[in-house]
Amino acid sequence: MKTTAPNTLLARGLIIVLMIVTLLPFLSMLSAALAPQGSYPNGLQWPTDPQWGNFVRAFEVARMDQLLLSSTLIVLGVVPVSVLIATMAGYGLAKLTSNKYKWLYLIFVFGLTLPFEAVITPLYYEVRALGLLNTRFAIILPLIGLYMPFSVYWMRAHFLNVPHDLTEAAQLDGATRWKEFWLVQVPLARPAIMSLTILLFLWTWNQFLLPVVLVQDPMQRTMAGALGAFQGQWGTDIPLLCAGSLLILAPTVALFLVFQRQFVAALMQGAVKG
Amino acid sequence: MAPAFVAYAAFVLVPLGMSIYYSLLRWDGIGKARFHGLTNYLTVLTDNDLLQIIGNAFQLVLYFTLIPVLLGLAVAAAIRSHMDGRFGTITRTVLFLPQVIPLVAAGIAWSWMFASTGLVNQTLKAIGLSDWARGWLGDFVWALPAVGIIGAWVLLGLCTMLLVTGITKIDPSLYEAARLDGARPWHEFRYITLPGLRQEIGVCITVTVIAALASFDIVYISTQGGPGITTTVPGLEIYRLAFAHRQVGLASALAIVLMVLVLITIAPVQWFTRDKK
Repeated sequence: MKTTAPNTLLARGLIIVLMIVTLLPFLSMLSAALAPQGSYPNGLQWPTDPQWGNFVRAFEVARMDQLLLSSTLIVLGVVPVSVLIATMAGYGLAKLTSNKYKWLYLIFVFGLTLPFEAVITPLYYEVRALGLLNTRFAIILPLIGLYMPFSVYWMRAHFLNVPHDLTEAAQLDGATRWKEFWLVQVPLARPAIMSLTILLFLWTWNQFLLPVVLVQDPMQRTMAGALGAFQGQWGTDIPLLCAGSLLILAPTVALFLVFQRQFVAALMQGAVKG
Repeated sequence: MAPAFVAYAAFVLVPLGMSIYYSLLRWDGIGKARFHGLTNYLTVLTDNDLLQIIGNAFQLVLYFTLIPVLLGLAVAAAIRSHMDGRFGTITRTVLFLPQVIPLVAAGIAWSWMFASTGLVNQTLKAIGLSDWARGWLGDFVWALPAVGIIGAWVLLGLCTMLLVTGITKIDPSLYEAARLDGARPWHEFRYITLPGLRQEIGVCITVTVIAALASFDIVYISTQGGPGITTTVPGLEIYRLAFAHRQVGLASALAIVLMVLVLITIAPVQWFTRDKK
């Protein structure tokens, strides 16, 4: 007879190997980040005299404080607006419209697989015409639009699952559509809104293509965009580059560790629905 | 609904229309544009370099998609139960790390892994394979597979977790029944696990194929498309054509071709793996 025990062991073994593979690049960066300035460290080797000061230097060189501020401003510009208008649109598409408007939904769905590269060139000219090139709005406004297909799709899927009785009950109580939306539907949609917020936050924070094309000054970019510039400038100084990279990826990792459960749930559902 | 549609129209639909319009022009982005008909598309579909660049993207699909899906299936088939408790939490946390960091950071981390003094070569030397050590990302043969490995690393955890979660939803009695009928492990896998995971596999393939075909960040950071054009992908080439070579028309044609390629690659996957109701 076969038992499941060896299987479980095998599975755990496999998973542990996967975890090690996942962690090695981070460890390798950490070990390099602690090597003496300007040296050529080895792949993975605990330095005899760890130079924690490299992180301080990288913080100053990369002007981390300004980067954090810039990324935060961009996220604040993108996420609340996107979530709000996507929630309204998702509700509208799920509850208010007849089949006549199905084409509208289909147009949104079409955008789901659209690579950003497909519109980046005209976006450049559009943003330039608006006079917004090299400002944070050059990242914020297009991103709101680019996130709409997924966000609307996501919120519509949520509202489709809300039983219709609820609307009727609210209407019997004399609530207007608008009131029903804010007082009944939105509170109920909190988990969906929460997940959407997390996903949009991550995607905005880590967005690279738009900052690279639309904003020259790294200080006006997102973290990821700034990291690109940092690599261009300090690519040959491995300890500094690794220290800077670790600093730049630290904020999202820290948030992820704190809200691990919510992040994992959002990322998994996001993949399934997206 | 209106604001969402306005935002979408202004920054997706209008640019997309402009992309199509530009793709019919010969334009340097500054001077006067001339109508060029479908010549740009003809160039995209016949120019050897551009065809190689499109081919590169499809080669990346092999790495971005196959490695995570196959490894994920192996883990899922072996574990076939919930990952509870501490071990489960740690596993989820670690495997999702690459999803949380910017792709740019993954690119930098792996550039360092693949560097001549990096961990990959260090390991090879340690196990007596010094002949294999090389500057991976600067190698004409190995640079593209190396980039593929970076993408596989990023997507591995997500696919594994999706498949592991998916397999717990398969009714265990199916496996018991199969075992009573004397089914071998391979048969169980082929006739229960694979069909049961059809949807999840579809999700993994969709996400990873799009990541490969539309890749930009990783390539931009790790190889800049080199050596030669061995790792150049359409996303990077669009950027270069439009902003460095000032061939806006050709860049736009390539952009439209890329969009269509993504759509026609994804459509059959969605078709085959959809929930049949």
